[in-house]
Amino acid sequence: MQMRKTTLIAGVLAVASMIGTQSAFSASHMKKYTIENDAINTSLTGKPGDAAKGRKLAVNRKKGNCLACHVISDLKDQPFHGNVGPSLDGVADRYTEGELRLRVVNPKFFHSGSIMPAFYKKSGLNRVIKKFKDKTILTAQEVEDVVAYLKTLK
Amino acid sequence: MKNVKSKRGWKLTSIALGSTLMVGAMAIEVIAKDWGSHEVDGRRSGYTYMTDETRAVQDDNFENPGMLWVENGEALWSKAGANGKSCASCHADPEKDMKGVMPAYPKFDKRTGKMISLEQMVNRELVEKMGEKAEKFDSKKMLSLMTYIGNISKGMPVNVKIDGPAKPFFEKGKAFYYQRRGQLDLACSNCHEDNPGKQIRANTLSEGQINGFPTYRLKWQKPGSVHRRFRGCNKNVRAKPYKAGSDEYVNLELFVKWHGRGLPVETPAVRN
Ligand code: HEC
Ligand code: HEC
Repeated sequence: MQMRKTTLIAGVLAVASMIGTQSAFSASHMKKYTIENDAINTSLTGKPGDAAKGRKLAVNRKKGNCLACHVISDLKDQPFHGNVGPSLDGVADRYTEGELRLRVVNPKFFHSGSIMPAFYKKSGLNRVIKKFKDKTILTAQEVEDVVAYLKTLK
Repeated sequence: MKNVKSKRGWKLTSIALGSTLMVGAMAIEVIAKDWGSHEVDGRRSGYTYMTDETRAVQDDNFENPGMLWVENGEALWSKAGANGKSCASCHADPEKDMKGVMPAYPKFDKRTGKMISLEQMVNRELVEKMGEKAEKFDSKKMLSLMTYIGNISKGMPVNVKIDGPAKPFFEKGKAFYYQRRGQLDLACSNCHEDNPGKQIRANTLSEGQINGFPTYRLKWQKPGSVHRRFRGCNKNVRAKPYKAGSDEYVNLELFVKWHGRGLPVETPAVRN
Protein backbone atom coordinates (compact mmCIF):
# COMPACT_ATOMS: atom_id res chain seq x y z
CA MET A 1 0.00 0.00 0.00
CA GLN A 2 2.32 2.69 1.26
CA MET A 3 5.02 3.43 -1.25
CA ARG A 4 8.52 2.91 0.00
CA LYS A 5 11.56 4.05 -1.85
CA THR A 6 15.00 3.20 -0.61
CA THR A 7 18.20 3.41 -2.56
CA LEU A 8 21.04 1.36 -1.22
CA ILE A 9 24.56 2.42 -1.95
CA ALA A 10 26.43 -0.23 -0.08
CA GLY A 11 30.01 -0.48 -1.17
CA VAL A 12 30.92 3.19 -1.24
CA LEU A 13 32.18 3.14 2.33
CA ALA A 14 33.93 -0.17 1.89
CA VAL A 15 35.79 1.14 -1.14
CA ALA A 16 36.94 4.20 0.75
CA SER A 17 38.37 2.16 3.60
CA MET A 18 39.96 -0.73 1.72
CA ILE A 19 41.46 0.66 -1.44
CA GLY A 20 43.76 -1.67 -3.25
CA THR A 21 42.47 -4.98 -1.90
CA GLN A 22 40.62 -7.63 -3.83
CA SER A 23 37.53 -7.27 -1.68
CA ALA A 24 37.50 -3.52 -2.21
CA PHE A 25 37.34 -4.29 -5.87
CA SER A 26 34.35 -6.56 -5.46
CA ALA A 27 32.80 -4.15 -2.97
CA SER A 28 32.77 -1.44 -5.59
CA HIS A 29 30.75 -3.80 -7.73
CA MET A 30 27.87 -4.18 -5.28
CA LYS A 31 24.92 -3.26 -7.48
CA LYS A 32 22.60 -0.45 -6.51
CA TYR A 33 18.95 -1.26 -6.34
CA THR A 34 15.72 0.53 -5.63
CA ILE A 35 12.88 -0.87 -3.54
CA GLU A 36 9.54 0.38 -4.78
CA ASN A 37 6.13 -0.97 -3.75
CA ASP A 38 7.77 -3.84 -1.85
CA ALA A 39 9.65 -5.00 -4.92
CA ILE A 40 12.91 -4.59 -6.85
CA ASN A 41 11.53 -4.23 -10.30
CA THR A 42 14.67 -4.08 -12.42
CA SER A 43 17.40 -6.63 -12.93
CA LEU A 44 20.38 -6.02 -10.64
CA THR A 45 22.72 -6.45 -13.61
CA GLY A 46 20.52 -5.03 -16.34
CA LYS A 47 20.61 -8.49 -17.90
CA PRO A 48 17.99 -11.25 -17.72
CA GLY A 49 18.69 -14.34 -15.61
CA ASP A 50 19.23 -17.89 -16.83
CA ALA A 51 16.61 -20.20 -15.29
CA ALA A 52 18.63 -23.37 -15.91
CA LYS A 53 21.57 -21.90 -13.98
CA GLY A 54 19.19 -20.72 -11.27
CA ARG A 55 17.85 -24.24 -10.89
CA LYS A 56 21.39 -25.50 -10.21
CA LEU A 57 22.05 -22.68 -7.75
CA ALA A 58 18.91 -23.61 -5.80
CA VAL A 59 20.32 -27.11 -5.29
CA ASN A 60 23.99 -26.24 -4.72
CA ARG A 61 24.78 -26.44 -1.00
CA LYS A 62 27.56 -23.87 -1.35
CA LYS A 63 25.37 -21.38 -3.19
CA GLY A 64 21.60 -20.87 -2.94
CA ASN A 65 20.89 -24.12 -1.13
CA CYS A 66 17.23 -23.16 -1.21
CA LEU A 67 16.42 -26.85 -0.72
CA ALA A 68 17.84 -26.58 2.79
CA CYS A 69 14.61 -24.92 3.84
CA HIS A 70 12.12 -25.25 0.97
CA VAL A 71 10.32 -28.07 -0.80
CA ILE A 72 10.47 -27.54 -4.58
CA SER A 73 8.57 -30.30 -6.42
CA ASP A 74 10.31 -29.40 -9.67
CA LEU A 75 13.52 -30.67 -8.00
CA LYS A 76 12.10 -33.97 -6.79
CA ASP A 77 15.05 -35.72 -8.45
CA GLN A 78 17.08 -34.30 -5.54
CA PRO A 79 16.79 -36.00 -2.14
CA PHE A 80 16.20 -34.13 1.12
CA HIS A 81 14.10 -31.01 0.80
CA GLY A 82 13.90 -29.03 4.02
CA ASN A 83 10.66 -27.67 5.45
CA VAL A 84 11.79 -24.73 7.58
CA GLY A 85 10.18 -22.38 5.02
CA PRO A 86 7.05 -22.74 2.86
CA SER A 87 7.00 -24.82 -0.33
CA LEU A 88 8.09 -22.80 -3.35
CA ASP A 89 5.67 -24.61 -5.65
CA GLY A 90 3.56 -22.04 -7.49
CA VAL A 91 5.56 -19.15 -6.04
CA ALA A 92 5.48 -17.37 -9.42
CA ASP A 93 1.67 -17.25 -9.21
CA ARG A 94 1.86 -15.55 -5.84
CA TYR A 95 4.50 -12.92 -6.52
CA THR A 96 5.68 -10.68 -9.35
CA GLU A 97 9.25 -10.90 -10.58
CA GLY A 98 10.14 -7.77 -8.62
CA GLU A 99 8.65 -9.17 -5.40
CA LEU A 100 10.58 -12.40 -5.86
CA ARG A 101 13.80 -10.46 -6.45
CA LEU A 102 13.44 -8.54 -3.19
CA ARG A 103 12.68 -11.79 -1.34
CA VAL A 104 15.96 -13.28 -2.55
CA VAL A 105 18.00 -10.09 -2.09
CA ASN A 106 16.74 -9.42 1.45
CA PRO A 107 13.76 -11.29 2.93
CA LYS A 108 14.30 -9.43 6.20
CA PHE A 109 12.75 -6.41 4.51
CA PHE A 110 9.39 -8.09 5.12
CA HIS A 111 10.05 -9.80 8.41
CA SER A 112 13.08 -8.82 10.43
CA GLY A 113 12.92 -12.09 12.39
CA SER A 114 13.11 -14.24 9.26
CA ILE A 115 15.47 -17.19 9.32
CA MET A 116 15.99 -16.88 5.56
CA PRO A 117 19.39 -15.40 4.71
CA ALA A 118 19.66 -12.24 2.63
CA PHE A 119 21.42 -13.51 -0.47
CA TYR A 120 22.59 -10.10 -1.67
CA LYS A 121 23.84 -8.34 1.39
CA LYS A 122 27.24 -8.03 2.96
CA SER A 123 27.20 -5.26 5.51
CA GLY A 124 25.77 -5.36 9.01
CA LEU A 125 26.78 -9.00 9.47
CA ASN A 126 28.52 -10.32 12.57
CA ARG A 127 31.81 -12.29 12.65
CA VAL A 128 31.71 -13.51 9.08
CA ILE A 129 34.49 -16.04 8.51
CA LYS A 130 37.39 -14.64 6.46
CA LYS A 131 36.66 -16.63 3.31
CA PHE A 132 33.20 -15.05 2.99
CA LYS A 133 33.93 -11.63 4.43
CA ASP A 134 32.66 -8.71 2.35
CA LYS A 135 31.02 -11.09 -0.08
CA THR A 136 27.38 -11.66 -0.85
CA ILE A 137 26.11 -15.27 -0.80
CA LEU A 138 25.03 -14.96 -4.43
CA THR A 139 26.47 -12.57 -7.01
CA ALA A 140 24.11 -10.09 -8.66
CA GLN A 141 23.89 -12.25 -11.77
CA GLU A 142 23.27 -15.37 -9.67
CA VAL A 143 20.37 -13.57 -7.98
CA GLU A 144 18.97 -12.92 -11.45
CA ASP A 145 19.41 -16.59 -12.38
CA VAL A 146 17.57 -17.73 -9.24
CA VAL A 147 14.77 -15.22 -9.87
CA ALA A 148 14.47 -16.50 -13.47
CA TYR A 149 14.16 -20.02 -12.06
CA LEU A 150 11.55 -18.98 -9.47
CA LYS A 151 9.52 -17.47 -12.32
CA THR A 152 9.18 -20.97 -13.80
CA LEU A 153 7.55 -22.30 -10.60
CA LYS A 154 3.94 -21.87 -11.63
CA MET B 1 7.73 -54.22 -21.85
CA LYS B 2 4.13 -53.98 -20.84
CA ASN B 3 4.72 -56.34 -18.00
CA VAL B 4 7.59 -54.28 -16.63
CA LYS B 5 5.53 -51.15 -16.81
CA SER B 6 2.59 -52.54 -14.92
CA LYS B 7 4.90 -54.08 -12.36
CA ARG B 8 6.50 -50.70 -11.83
CA GLY B 9 3.12 -49.08 -11.56
CA TRP B 10 2.18 -51.48 -8.82
CA LYS B 11 5.42 -50.88 -7.00
CA LEU B 12 4.88 -47.14 -7.05
CA THR B 13 1.38 -47.43 -5.61
CA SER B 14 2.61 -49.65 -2.86
CA ILE B 15 5.34 -47.17 -2.01
CA ALA B 16 2.82 -44.35 -2.03
CA LEU B 17 0.51 -46.36 0.18
CA GLY B 18 3.38 -47.25 2.46
CA SER B 19 4.30 -43.64 2.96
CA THR B 20 0.70 -42.64 3.65
CA LEU B 21 0.59 -45.25 6.34
CA MET B 22 3.89 -44.01 7.69
CA VAL B 23 2.64 -40.43 7.81
CA GLY B 24 -0.40 -41.70 9.68
CA ALA B 25 1.78 -43.59 12.12
CA MET B 26 4.07 -40.59 12.62
CA ALA B 27 1.11 -38.34 13.33
CA ILE B 28 -0.02 -40.77 16.01
CA GLU B 29 3.49 -40.95 17.36
CA VAL B 30 3.66 -37.16 17.71
CA ILE B 31 0.46 -37.12 19.72
CA ALA B 32 0.91 -40.23 21.79
CA LYS B 33 4.65 -40.59 22.23
CA ASP B 34 5.67 -40.53 25.84
CA TRP B 35 9.34 -39.60 25.95
CA GLY B 36 9.55 -40.38 29.64
CA SER B 37 12.48 -38.69 31.32
CA HIS B 38 13.81 -37.51 27.93
CA GLU B 39 11.22 -34.73 28.01
CA VAL B 40 10.92 -32.22 30.85
CA ASP B 41 8.33 -29.42 30.75
CA GLY B 42 8.29 -29.56 26.96
CA ARG B 43 12.08 -29.53 26.64
CA ARG B 44 13.26 -32.57 24.74
CA SER B 45 16.64 -34.25 24.65
CA GLY B 46 18.31 -34.67 21.24
CA TYR B 47 17.57 -38.37 21.78
CA THR B 48 13.92 -37.77 20.93
CA TYR B 49 14.82 -36.31 17.52
CA MET B 50 16.95 -39.29 16.48
CA THR B 51 15.78 -42.27 14.44
CA ASP B 52 14.64 -45.41 16.26
CA GLU B 53 17.82 -47.16 15.04
CA THR B 54 20.14 -44.54 16.53
CA ARG B 55 18.18 -44.53 19.78
CA ALA B 56 18.47 -48.32 19.96
CA VAL B 57 22.27 -48.07 19.59
CA GLN B 58 22.42 -45.48 22.38
CA ASP B 59 20.21 -47.54 24.68
CA ASP B 60 22.15 -50.79 24.37
CA ASN B 61 25.34 -50.63 26.45
CA PHE B 62 26.91 -53.42 24.41
CA GLU B 63 26.18 -51.75 21.09
CA ASN B 64 26.80 -48.14 22.14
CA PRO B 65 30.34 -47.44 20.82
CA GLY B 66 30.71 -44.63 23.35
CA MET B 67 30.90 -47.24 26.11
CA LEU B 68 34.41 -48.20 24.94
CA TRP B 69 35.41 -44.63 25.74
CA VAL B 70 33.81 -44.91 29.16
CA GLU B 71 35.89 -48.04 29.78
CA ASN B 72 38.99 -46.27 28.58
CA GLY B 73 38.27 -43.41 31.00
CA GLU B 74 37.79 -45.88 33.81
CA ALA B 75 41.21 -47.41 33.06
CA LEU B 76 42.82 -43.95 32.98
CA TRP B 77 41.39 -43.16 36.41
CA SER B 78 44.01 -45.20 38.17
CA LYS B 79 46.86 -44.55 35.74
CA ALA B 80 49.72 -42.71 37.47
CA GLY B 81 50.72 -39.28 36.19
CA ALA B 82 54.22 -37.82 35.97
CA ASN B 83 54.38 -37.39 39.75
CA GLY B 84 53.15 -40.91 40.49
CA LYS B 85 49.65 -39.79 41.44
CA SER B 86 46.48 -40.80 39.63
CA CYS B 87 42.91 -39.47 39.77
CA ALA B 88 42.24 -42.40 42.12
CA SER B 89 44.83 -41.12 44.61
CA CYS B 90 42.42 -38.31 45.54
CA HIS B 91 39.09 -39.75 44.33
CA ALA B 92 39.24 -43.37 45.35
CA ASP B 93 35.56 -44.07 44.77
CA PRO B 94 34.74 -42.34 41.45
CA GLU B 95 31.25 -43.88 41.23
CA LYS B 96 30.48 -41.92 44.37
CA ASP B 97 32.86 -38.96 44.22
CA MET B 98 32.05 -38.05 40.61
CA LYS B 99 28.30 -38.52 40.90
CA GLY B 100 26.50 -35.25 40.18
CA VAL B 101 29.60 -33.56 38.77
CA MET B 102 28.63 -33.54 35.08
CA PRO B 103 25.12 -32.07 35.62
CA ALA B 104 26.53 -29.12 37.61
CA TYR B 105 29.21 -27.79 35.19
CA PRO B 106 30.15 -25.14 34.11
CA LYS B 107 30.56 -23.73 37.61
CA PHE B 108 31.67 -20.38 38.96
CA ASP B 109 35.38 -20.60 39.79
CA LYS B 110 36.49 -18.38 42.67
CA ARG B 111 40.12 -18.58 41.69
CA THR B 112 39.72 -17.05 38.24
CA GLY B 113 36.51 -15.16 38.94
CA LYS B 114 34.81 -16.66 35.90
CA MET B 115 33.08 -19.85 34.82
CA ILE B 116 35.06 -23.07 34.48
CA SER B 117 34.02 -25.97 32.27
CA LEU B 118 34.49 -29.59 33.28
CA GLU B 119 37.30 -30.09 30.75
CA GLN B 120 39.11 -27.11 32.26
CA MET B 121 38.65 -28.56 35.73
CA VAL B 122 40.03 -31.91 34.57
CA ASN B 123 42.99 -30.10 33.03
CA ARG B 124 43.63 -28.26 36.29
CA GLU B 125 43.77 -31.59 38.08
CA LEU B 126 46.03 -33.14 35.45
CA VAL B 127 48.48 -30.24 35.58
CA GLU B 128 48.46 -29.28 39.26
CA LYS B 129 47.85 -32.59 40.99
CA MET B 130 49.48 -35.07 38.65
CA GLY B 131 52.26 -33.13 36.93
CA GLU B 132 50.76 -33.87 33.51
CA LYS B 133 50.22 -31.51 30.60
CA ALA B 134 46.87 -29.98 29.77
CA GLU B 135 44.83 -31.87 27.18
CA LYS B 136 42.95 -30.49 24.21
CA PHE B 137 39.15 -30.77 24.61
CA ASP B 138 38.92 -33.40 21.89
CA SER B 139 42.05 -35.43 22.67
CA LYS B 140 41.55 -39.14 23.24
CA LYS B 141 42.47 -38.82 26.91
CA MET B 142 40.15 -35.88 27.60
CA LEU B 143 37.19 -37.44 25.75
CA SER B 144 37.72 -40.71 27.64
CA LEU B 145 37.78 -39.00 31.04
CA MET B 146 34.82 -36.79 30.17
CA THR B 147 32.77 -39.72 28.88
CA TYR B 148 33.57 -41.72 31.99
CA ILE B 149 32.78 -38.89 34.43
CA GLY B 150 29.60 -38.08 32.50
CA ASN B 151 28.43 -41.68 32.44
CA ILE B 152 28.69 -41.90 36.24
CA SER B 153 25.89 -39.30 36.45
CA LYS B 154 23.76 -40.97 33.77
CA GLY B 155 20.08 -40.31 34.47
CA MET B 156 20.67 -37.40 36.86
CA PRO B 157 18.95 -34.13 35.88
CA VAL B 158 21.06 -31.32 34.45
CA ASN B 159 21.18 -28.62 37.08
CA VAL B 160 23.57 -25.68 36.71
CA LYS B 161 23.67 -22.65 39.00
CA ILE B 162 22.96 -19.45 37.13
CA ASP B 163 22.41 -17.04 40.01
CA GLY B 164 24.88 -15.22 42.28
CA PRO B 165 28.33 -14.83 40.76
CA ALA B 166 27.32 -16.94 37.73
CA LYS B 167 24.64 -14.47 36.70
CA PRO B 168 26.68 -12.10 34.48
CA PHE B 169 28.26 -15.08 32.69
CA PHE B 170 24.87 -16.63 32.14
CA GLU B 171 23.66 -13.36 30.62
CA LYS B 172 26.64 -13.32 28.26
CA GLY B 173 25.95 -16.87 27.15
CA LYS B 174 22.32 -16.00 26.61
CA ALA B 175 23.21 -12.98 24.48
CA PHE B 176 25.50 -15.18 22.39
CA TYR B 177 22.69 -17.68 21.83
CA TYR B 178 20.33 -15.06 20.44
CA GLN B 179 22.95 -13.13 18.45
CA ARG B 180 22.82 -13.65 14.70
CA ARG B 181 26.21 -14.31 13.15
CA GLY B 182 28.02 -15.38 10.02
CA GLN B 183 27.31 -14.72 6.37
CA LEU B 184 24.05 -16.67 6.78
CA ASP B 185 23.11 -14.33 9.63
CA LEU B 186 21.64 -16.99 11.92
CA ALA B 187 21.45 -17.27 15.70
CA CYS B 188 21.42 -20.58 17.59
CA SER B 189 17.80 -19.81 18.45
CA ASN B 190 16.77 -19.55 14.79
CA CYS B 191 17.46 -23.23 14.33
CA HIS B 192 17.18 -24.79 17.79
CA GLU B 193 14.40 -22.77 19.42
CA ASP B 194 12.28 -21.76 16.44
CA ASN B 195 12.51 -24.89 14.30
CA PRO B 196 13.19 -28.11 16.22
CA GLY B 197 11.59 -31.10 14.49
CA LYS B 198 11.85 -29.44 11.08
CA GLN B 199 14.11 -30.69 8.32
CA ILE B 200 17.02 -28.55 7.25
CA ARG B 201 17.81 -30.46 4.11
CA ALA B 202 18.92 -33.94 5.31
CA ASN B 203 19.11 -33.00 9.01
CA THR B 204 16.30 -33.05 11.53
CA LEU B 205 16.80 -30.06 13.79
CA SER B 206 16.79 -30.80 17.50
CA GLU B 207 16.74 -28.34 20.40
CA GLY B 208 20.54 -28.36 20.47
CA GLN B 209 20.68 -29.72 24.03
CA ILE B 210 23.95 -30.85 25.60
CA ASN B 211 22.75 -33.35 28.20
CA GLY B 212 24.30 -36.27 26.29
CA PHE B 213 27.83 -34.91 25.78
CA PRO B 214 30.42 -35.96 24.92
CA THR B 215 28.20 -37.51 22.22
CA TYR B 216 29.47 -40.34 20.07
CA ARG B 217 29.16 -39.32 16.40
CA LEU B 218 28.68 -42.32 14.11
CA LYS B 219 29.89 -40.13 11.24
CA TRP B 220 33.22 -39.49 12.98
CA GLN B 221 33.54 -42.86 14.70
CA LYS B 222 34.42 -41.02 17.90
CA PRO B 223 32.91 -38.77 20.55
CA GLY B 224 32.94 -34.99 20.29
CA SER B 225 32.99 -32.26 22.93
CA VAL B 226 30.35 -29.58 23.43
CA HIS B 227 32.75 -26.91 22.19
CA ARG B 228 33.52 -28.86 19.03
CA ARG B 229 29.76 -28.89 18.35
CA PHE B 230 29.56 -25.12 18.94
CA ARG B 231 32.43 -24.61 16.49
CA GLY B 232 30.68 -26.77 13.92
CA CYS B 233 27.40 -24.87 14.21
CA ASN B 234 29.25 -21.54 14.00
CA LYS B 235 31.13 -22.67 10.89
CA ASN B 236 27.93 -23.90 9.25
CA VAL B 237 26.57 -20.37 9.26
CA ARG B 238 29.94 -19.15 7.96
CA ALA B 239 30.81 -17.41 11.23
CA LYS B 240 34.29 -17.26 12.70
CA PRO B 241 34.28 -19.89 15.46
CA TYR B 242 35.86 -19.36 18.89
CA LYS B 243 38.46 -21.66 20.40
CA ALA B 244 37.43 -24.64 22.49
CA GLY B 245 37.74 -23.42 26.09
CA SER B 246 37.23 -19.75 25.20
CA ASP B 247 35.24 -17.65 27.69
CA GLU B 248 32.60 -17.16 25.00
CA TYR B 249 31.95 -20.89 24.65
CA VAL B 250 32.12 -21.64 28.38
CA ASN B 251 29.45 -18.96 28.98
CA LEU B 252 27.41 -20.29 26.06
CA GLU B 253 27.71 -23.79 27.50
CA LEU B 254 26.30 -22.54 30.81
CA PHE B 255 23.31 -21.02 29.02
CA VAL B 256 22.69 -24.05 26.79
CA LYS B 257 22.94 -26.41 29.74
CA TRP B 258 20.37 -24.32 31.60
CA HIS B 259 18.25 -24.31 28.44
CA GLY B 260 17.99 -28.10 28.94
CA ARG B 261 17.57 -27.92 32.72
CA GLY B 262 16.08 -31.08 34.18
CA LEU B 263 16.98 -33.27 31.20
CA PRO B 264 18.82 -36.42 32.24
CA VAL B 265 22.54 -36.86 31.63
CA GLU B 266 22.77 -39.36 28.74
CA THR B 267 26.54 -39.57 28.29
CA PRO B 268 27.55 -41.13 25.98
CA ALA B 269 24.64 -40.19 23.68
CA VAL B 270 24.83 -41.48 20.10
CA ARG B 271 24.27 -39.19 17.13
CA ASN B 272 24.55 -39.57 13.38
C1 HEC C 1 17.49 -21.06 6.34
C2 HEC C 1 16.20 -21.18 5.71
C3 HEC C 1 15.94 -20.67 4.29
C4 HEC C 1 16.76 -20.71 3.18
C5 HEC C 1 18.17 -21.28 3.06
C6 HEC C 1 15.99 -20.14 2.11
N1 HEC C 1 14.76 -19.76 2.56
FE1 HEC C 1 13.27 -18.87 1.45
N2 HEC C 1 12.09 -18.72 3.12
C7 HEC C 1 12.40 -19.21 4.37
C8 HEC C 1 11.31 -18.91 5.28
C9 HEC C 1 11.25 -19.29 6.76
C10 HEC C 1 10.32 -18.21 4.53
C11 HEC C 1 8.97 -17.67 5.03
C12 HEC C 1 8.98 -16.16 5.10
C13 HEC C 1 10.00 -15.66 6.08
O1 HEC C 1 10.02 -16.09 7.24
O2 HEC C 1 10.84 -14.85 5.66
C14 HEC C 1 10.84 -18.12 3.17
C15 HEC C 1 10.16 -17.53 2.12
C16 HEC C 1 10.58 -17.54 0.79
C17 HEC C 1 9.81 -17.02 -0.31
C18 HEC C 1 8.38 -16.50 -0.22
C19 HEC C 1 7.50 -17.73 -0.33
C20 HEC C 1 6.03 -17.50 -0.08
O3 HEC C 1 5.24 -18.33 -0.55
O4 HEC C 1 5.67 -16.50 0.58
C21 HEC C 1 10.56 -17.17 -1.45
C22 HEC C 1 10.21 -16.79 -2.86
C23 HEC C 1 11.82 -17.79 -1.03
N3 HEC C 1 11.80 -18.01 0.33
C24 HEC C 1 12.85 -18.14 -1.88
C25 HEC C 1 14.06 -18.70 -1.50
C26 HEC C 1 15.16 -18.96 -2.40
C27 HEC C 1 15.12 -18.71 -3.89
C28 HEC C 1 16.19 -19.45 -1.65
C29 HEC C 1 17.59 -19.81 -2.08
C30 HEC C 1 18.29 -18.93 -2.97
C31 HEC C 1 15.71 -19.53 -0.28
N4 HEC C 1 14.42 -19.07 -0.23
C32 HEC C 1 16.47 -20.02 0.79
C33 HEC C 1 13.57 -19.87 4.72
C34 HEC C 1 14.68 -20.07 3.88
C1 HEC D 1 21.60 -23.36 10.43
C2 HEC D 1 21.06 -24.07 11.55
C3 HEC D 1 21.83 -24.11 12.85
C4 HEC D 1 22.30 -23.09 13.65
C5 HEC D 1 22.19 -21.59 13.40
C6 HEC D 1 22.91 -23.71 14.80
N1 HEC D 1 22.83 -25.06 14.72
FE1 HEC D 1 23.28 -26.40 16.19
N2 HEC D 1 22.77 -27.94 14.96
C7 HEC D 1 22.26 -27.81 13.68
C8 HEC D 1 22.05 -29.13 13.10
C9 HEC D 1 21.48 -29.43 11.70
C10 HEC D 1 22.46 -30.05 14.08
C11 HEC D 1 22.43 -31.58 14.01
C12 HEC D 1 21.03 -32.07 14.29
C13 HEC D 1 20.56 -31.64 15.66
O1 HEC D 1 20.89 -32.29 16.67
O2 HEC D 1 19.89 -30.58 15.76
C14 HEC D 1 22.88 -29.27 15.25
C15 HEC D 1 23.31 -29.83 16.47
C16 HEC D 1 23.60 -29.10 17.60
C17 HEC D 1 23.92 -29.69 18.88
C18 HEC D 1 23.96 -31.19 19.20
C19 HEC D 1 22.64 -31.63 19.78
C20 HEC D 1 22.61 -33.09 20.10
O3 HEC D 1 21.64 -33.52 20.76
O4 HEC D 1 23.52 -33.83 19.73
C21 HEC D 1 24.16 -28.65 19.73
C22 HEC D 1 24.54 -28.76 21.20
C23 HEC D 1 23.99 -27.42 18.98
N3 HEC D 1 23.65 -27.73 17.69
C24 HEC D 1 24.15 -26.15 19.51
C25 HEC D 1 24.12 -24.98 18.74
C26 HEC D 1 24.48 -23.68 19.23
C27 HEC D 1 24.90 -23.38 20.65
C28 HEC D 1 24.38 -22.81 18.18
C29 HEC D 1 24.78 -21.38 18.10
C30 HEC D 1 26.12 -21.06 18.44
C31 HEC D 1 23.86 -23.56 17.07
N4 HEC D 1 23.75 -24.88 17.43
C32 HEC D 1 23.53 -23.01 15.83
C33 HEC D 1 21.95 -26.63 13.04
C34 HEC D 1 22.20 -25.36 13.54
